[in-house]
Amino acid sequence: MTGVLSLSPHVASLAAEGSALTTRDASGASAIGWLMIALPLAGAALLLVGGKALNKIGPLLATALSWASFGVGVAVLLQLMGMAAGERSLHLNLYSWIPAGKLDVNFGMLMDPLSMTFVMLITFVGSLIHVYSLGYMEHDPDKRRFFAYLNLFIAAMLTLVLADSYLGLFLGWEGVGLASYLLIGFWNWNPAYATAANKAFIMNRVGDLGLLLAMFTMFATFGKLDFASVNASVAGAGKGTLTIIGILLLVAACGKSAQFPLQAWLGDAMAGPTPVSALIHAATMVTAGVYLIVRSNAIYTATPDARLAVCIVGAITLMFGAIVGCAKDDLKKALAASTMSQIGYMILAAGLGPVGYAFAIFHLVTHGFFKAGMFLGAGSVMHGMNDQVDMRRFGGLSAVMKITWITFGLGWLAIIGVPGLSGFWSKDKIIEAAFIGEGWRPWVFGLAALICAGITAFYMSRLFFMTFHGKRRWTDDVHPHESPLTMTIPMMVLAVGSALLGLAIGPTGIITDWLAPVTGAHEEGEPVIPVPVLIVLTLLLVAAGVALAWMRYVRDAVPVVPPVGSLATRAARKDLYQDDVNEAIFARPGLHLTRGLVFADNKGVDGAAGGTAALIGGSSSRLAKLQNGFVRSYALTMLTGVVAILGLVWVIQ
Amino acid sequence: MGEFVATKINYAAVLPMLIVFAAAMIGVLVEAFVPRASRYVAQLPLTLIGLAGALAALLLNSRDNQGITAAGAVVVDGPTLMFQGIVLALSILAVLVMAERLDREGADAFTQSGASVPGSPLEAQAERLGATTTEVFPLTLFAVGGMMLFPASGNLLTMFVALEVLSLPLYIMTGLARRRRLLSQEAALKYFLLGAFSSAFFIFGAALIYGATTSTDLSVIAKAVGQVTGLDSLLVPGILLVAVGLLFKVGAVPFHSWTPDVYQGAPSPVTGFMAACTKIAAFGAMARVFYVGFEALRWNWQPVLAVVAALTMVVGAVLSITQKDVKRLLAYSSITHAGFLLLGIVAMDRTSIAGLMFYLAAYGISTITAFALIALVRQSGAEATHLSQWAGLGRTSPVVAAVFAFMMLSFAGIPLTSGFTAKFALFAPAVAHGGVWLVVLAMLASAVTAFVYVRVIVLMYFSDPIDGVSVVNPSYLTYAAVAVGAALTLMLGVLPSPLLDAAKSASIFLR
Amino acid sequence: MTNYSYGPLLFFAAIGLGFAAFSVVAGALAGPKRYNRAKADAYECGIQPSPHAEGGGRVPIKYYLTAMLFIVFDIESVFLYPFAVAFDRMGLFALIEMVLFILTVFVAYAYVWRRGGLEWD
Repeated sequence: MTGVLSLSPHVASLAAEGSALTTRDASGASAIGWLMIALPLAGAALLLVGGKALNKIGPLLATALSWASFGVGVAVLLQLMGMAAGERSLHLNLYSWIPAGKLDVNFGMLMDPLSMTFVMLITFVGSLIHVYSLGYMEHDPDKRRFFAYLNLFIAAMLTLVLADSYLGLFLGWEGVGLASYLLIGFWNWNPAYATAANKAFIMNRVGDLGLLLAMFTMFATFGKLDFASVNASVAGAGKGTLTIIGILLLVAACGKSAQFPLQAWLGDAMAGPTPVSALIHAATMVTAGVYLIVRSNAIYTATPDARLAVCIVGAITLMFGAIVGCAKDDLKKALAASTMSQIGYMILAAGLGPVGYAFAIFHLVTHGFFKAGMFLGAGSVMHGMNDQVDMRRFGGLSAVMKITWITFGLGWLAIIGVPGLSGFWSKDKIIEAAFIGEGWRPWVFGLAALICAGITAFYMSRLFFMTFHGKRRWTDDVHPHESPLTMTIPMMVLAVGSALLGLAIGPTGIITDWLAPVTGAHEEGEPVIPVPVLIVLTLLLVAAGVALAWMRYVRDAVPVVPPVGSLATRAARKDLYQDDVNEAIFARPGLHLTRGLVFADNKGVDGAAGGTAALIGGSSSRLAKLQNGFVRSYALTMLTGVVAILGLVWVIQ
Repeated sequence: MGEFVATKINYAAVLPMLIVFAAAMIGVLVEAFVPRASRYVAQLPLTLIGLAGALAALLLNSRDNQGITAAGAVVVDGPTLMFQGIVLALSILAVLVMAERLDREGADAFTQSGASVPGSPLEAQAERLGATTTEVFPLTLFAVGGMMLFPASGNLLTMFVALEVLSLPLYIMTGLARRRRLLSQEAALKYFLLGAFSSAFFIFGAALIYGATTSTDLSVIAKAVGQVTGLDSLLVPGILLVAVGLLFKVGAVPFHSWTPDVYQGAPSPVTGFMAACTKIAAFGAMARVFYVGFEALRWNWQPVLAVVAALTMVVGAVLSITQKDVKRLLAYSSITHAGFLLLGIVAMDRTSIAGLMFYLAAYGISTITAFALIALVRQSGAEATHLSQWAGLGRTSPVVAAVFAFMMLSFAGIPLTSGFTAKFALFAPAVAHGGVWLVVLAMLASAVTAFVYVRVIVLMYFSDPIDGVSVVNPSYLTYAAVAVGAALTLMLGVLPSPLLDAAKSASIFLR
Repeated sequence: MTNYSYGPLLFFAAIGLGFAAFSVVAGALAGPKRYNRAKADAYECGIQPSPHAEGGGRVPIKYYLTAMLFIVFDIESVFLYPFAVAFDRMGLFALIEMVLFILTVFVAYAYVWRRGGLEWD
């Protein structure tokens, strides 16, 4: 206990340091910062309202608007970079949303290093994916609607990261949920896709619930919901309250970022079009949870307990995704599992506190590039393989799809952390950070991060080898070919990013310095294992993972029909029984609760109506139910209610 | 025998109510003297002009004539005007929907002959003559008059009279559905019997309060209540029994059982009107009774109302999951919303009254719009209310499905709809005034109901349409009502400040 | 008068409520459950309240109307009596109020008359 007490002044000073960033009203390029959101939003509206007249030009228009948004973002970024580090925070008030008295809620934009980092990632990768979709969706009769949704998504995601308050963030949060829902269910004639969209929605609602409750708690505690006021009031708030807020925000992050225990929707969401998986389920939306936690760093810095919870969730998901990824034969689902695992890394880093915030964002950015690149590569493969996704039916594609093979290969090398490429710089930093600390924590979290680096190498290599190398196991009717330039150019750009971005901003210290005003400068701790040893260990594990994958999937033949596999393999294939667990823990008790209460309403259940019909359709047991259509029972219910209320009051008095 | 002193009545303050009642009276005379064929043509403008005139009088005149009038029986203050204004505005929307006659091509919502036995020669005769039930218009006006008086009552007896004036027309209107007549009549009878039952509780409670305080005047009761120390063995049961009468009207658990049956049985336009406007009036009355009359005993009634609110939210939300009929689904949804709204009463604060008003307006608009759309979806002429019949509506009738989905999102409280701002305006004061556990429960309940609403959207967009279900082509009346309803739902979500400010400035009761 | 004098009354009410609840519960528990159509009617009284009319079998609507009209005019005369006793002292205000009251009742009467409620065929 004394340890905590002695820590807290230090923590408070850190928080103060974090919020010492002075915010100024936007001027110059940033005064038109609202265009970043408005342009794609206008695109979405135009495309949806415009009707068939825009069928041809619409997709191009949407792409152009997305790039324009990127352009505005660059202008704002340049303006920020021209300012002193401590002043890089611009505020733009847009309008008063809920302005009544104490409920004073303005909608404004906050342009600071953190939000602009996201803006760059979202608009750049987003625009590339627009370009890619021009090719990928070329023959889709409904592509105008698809591009409208894409633009809507970009606008919502930018709202999420640019909002200056939790309420504005929530608006974007729901907006990306809606856009993702529309995009997953885009091919809505397919019931499986519709189910997936539904599952994503429900899981996300649980997360939203956390965010809403966090907001209400903040509102009750601080009286305000904008980041500046909340950050300023953190020092004066009770530790218990802060922990509660932290946990609730974590629940929100879990829902949006597919973290344990709300991870089940991500794999199913792969049912949507592949560019969507690349944009939403790899690069941007699923990382919103990480953004939320880092944005709330003032709160998390002040509450070690909530941070511990964040670390635990991150570590579990990290392992979970890695294990599931080893067994999936569906190309996209394997990538989804990998995404889940990589976000686990980010969440873990964010949970480590000031030492990890910047690394979480760093990994988020590099991951955005290499994972989006690989998803686009997967799309390219599917494009050439009649939309098949079963890797057991691939093999030897390196010869026929050269560009896809090379770009995907760069992404693969980046994610497994080959020295020099992006993933190496960002992931190793997280592994190092996880080993910093005292007691059991560095050992548990550090080892989890370290071991998973090896597993990542195995499953990503497995995926790569099964798809591009080994014998051709194609079905007879496919004629794989390279994709058109609209698709391959974005892949190449992303591949360059996967290769070089990490080197450019990681070891040079650019990213940590850039984010420092928001996340707070961190104290350099020493990992419990020396850094060079860690690097060597990581590389050894990675090499072992790749070697194992090579032996099993290149040297040995890959059977076309999946072998039964060990117990562990079967469990991993079934996503470690996540659906069964959800069923047992949530769905069934819910069902029983509903049935229990519905004893009250058999009419609703069987759709019969009226006392007469209730009698005809009902047995005597049903007649015992309350909502049976008989007015006398209703009156009795009311009377019981009255007696209960009076009795209750009598007893209390 | 004392000298007779005529009661002073501030006619300017009660003018809106007088206009509505006068229009209703003229409506009855129209029914009596205008030939059958011209009745509809006469009634519709009369009703709309009456309501619009009352609204205009309210906005232009009554605001400057606030005060307690008619010997304390009627209180015209900020909340009264706000509640009356919302009732009037929404009833205009509702009347537009009720007036939908589909150019006599399809079957409209109302029976030709409400008083006849289904299938009887009398009914057949009325059908042959091409009758339409134009009585709904004066009945609506009477109900609106009662709804306006309800929150304005400064005295429990006036309140009781208002309760009856608003209820009796609703009982009749419930029984006027054209299709599934037996179901409709059964619903009307149930509503009437249970309504009478609850009225009895109300009047019994008023009698007990009179016994304890020797007055039915809310201001006198408030004074007496303030001085009560230990002698509340009459007063507290009295207060709670009055509360029961009011809770019945809003459909709070355990006084909710009529809601699904009545919502399902009543003609859809009437259901929309009833769900929206009755709730506004009843919550207005409830707010006045608890804020003005019984405030001093809040420690006695607050926990009871809190428990009722919690039960209402939970039962409404859970039961809505299994509903297969879209009208019953909205009925349970309305029960859940009633639970949310009770938070505004429990919180006992000015800001929560403003939130209450805003929520009522937002919910009412969405509800009327939703029921207007329900009336349009038909299978072989009858309303197709079973959820399976709504499958694939997104493909066959994109506009109806899109607007209905928008209303569902509003009910679910998704940002940029009125539902979100309303929930925010209502829950935030509740958190600030100690109702944290209730708000947590409300959030859980709304998460559950969100699932239900989204299931409807999924059904409309992701399932195959079934044969035979079509959307009838409505006249400009329904178009206007739905367009206005959807626009307001969006506007209150994006730019809520005008209404919120108005509610805020109108949230102080005259005592 | 103290509030305590209401004690017996409350006690009586409690017994009444208890008996009602007991009867319903005991009936539900002890009674045989042989349901038929008549039992399922919303208002169960042994005879069918609204037989599906093959030409009738129902109390004519006029009966209710006449009964209602009687009550309306009954109440009107109840109010007219005290007014008649004291109208000279109450002045113009009361006269106008009374005329309005009577007019209101006459509106209802006109409706019934015009819609054939008074024709006893």
